[in-house]
Amino acid sequence: MSAGPAPRSSAATGVVFATIAMTLLPASAEAHLVTTGLGPVYDGITHVVLSPDDLVAALALAAFAGLNGAAAGRLALFAVTGGWLAGGIAGLLVADPIVPVAVPIASFLVLGALTALDRRLSPAIVAVIAIAVGLLHGWMNGAGIAESGREAMGLAGIGATVFVVVALVAALVTSLGPAWTRVAVRVAGSWVAAIGLLMLGWALRGHV
Amino acid sequence: MTGMRRSIVRGREVLMTIALVLGTAPSAFAHPQQSQGQGFLTGVSHPVSGLDHVLAMIAVGVWGAQLGQPAIWLLPVTFPMVMAFGGFLGLIGVHLPGVELGVAVSAVLLGVMVAREAKPRLAVAVALVSVFAVFHGHAHGTELPAGQSGLAYSIGFVMATGCLHAVGIAIGVAHKWTAGKVALRLAGGTVALAGAAFVWRALA
Repeated sequence: MSAGPAPRSSAATGVVFATIAMTLLPASAEAHLVTTGLGPVYDGITHVVLSPDDLVAALALAAFAGLNGAAAGRLALFAVTGGWLAGGIAGLLVADPIVPVAVPIASFLVLGALTALDRRLSPAIVAVIAIAVGLLHGWMNGAGIAESGREAMGLAGIGATVFVVVALVAALVTSLGPAWTRVAVRVAGSWVAAIGLLMLGWALRGHV
Repeated sequence: MTGMRRSIVRGREVLMTIALVLGTAPSAFAHPQQSQGQGFLTGVSHPVSGLDHVLAMIAVGVWGAQLGQPAIWLLPVTFPMVMAFGGFLGLIGVHLPGVELGVAVSAVLLGVMVAREAKPRLAVAVALVSVFAVFHGHAHGTELPAGQSGLAYSIGFVMATGCLHAVGIAIGVAHKWTAGKVALRLAGGTVALAGAAFVWRALA
């Protein structure tokens, strides 16, 4: 065997080594949506479950709507899901996120304070608040999907998860019987408002 | 000779591979982890890592249980929001003098309230707890390690503090029984004594 062809095959081997090594050392994704490997719908589902800025807002809205009774809960369920999907499509088309930090902060402060105060509002007002929350968070998700070049079907997973989460929690809160359980929901609302206030501080400090 | 040449070529391959991997390596994300979970865990562990904060928070819950309705739920609803306001003040750079002393004094006074089974007017109780909440929020709400998520830290911090209140309320259930009332008052005295030690340390 001559020594001639060795460098070429060695170069090929080097490329293979380098490829394997780089595959084993991936950088963090830093994308807006989680990558599950199961497709965009599952990515959207996982995004809501793993993103506290969206999940806490959905939970707080459900608790607030549930405290306002079954009619408000039912209306909010469809209003927030519709708003989330509409905002998502708009964000997807515009592909420009509005102030990212401001959306969860506003949601947390308003929904948390309303839940903690247990102020009874008409179903129509609850629905308007639900649409606003859905539009803003949906916009952020849609713009994030567009920016990261992901498939729009991720919105379907996000919308479905928001629907399920809000339906379950709002129904649970509506059905609460003992007075202390209602108080527990109000305490949770005060936690959400507190988190929103701290987030506002972090945002003003430039650290969120 | 051929074997030696192969060794040299293989060594070059390894060096090329190392150079390529190092050249394209992601940033290190060393000690301060970048993950959301790390910020949450830091937030959860922070309130429970300081005995002054733990004792004061549990005392708030116990005192609420002693006071009964509506203080039992009004204090835990009020405290997180006012505490977050204290944290907010700290984050935007508002200086609060004697923060550590304020936290220590809160343990003393809340311990005394529990020990005496004091029942002031509801507004007075809420005002007292709110003043202390500002100090606790200012002292603990802003201590986020570099590289961690402020949102996750805030969630963990608020939840842990709320759970400490819940522990206090659960302990306060003992108030239903005569022996329990005595035990709670003794516990309040112990908290006050511990608070006095914290005051001593803050002034030293």
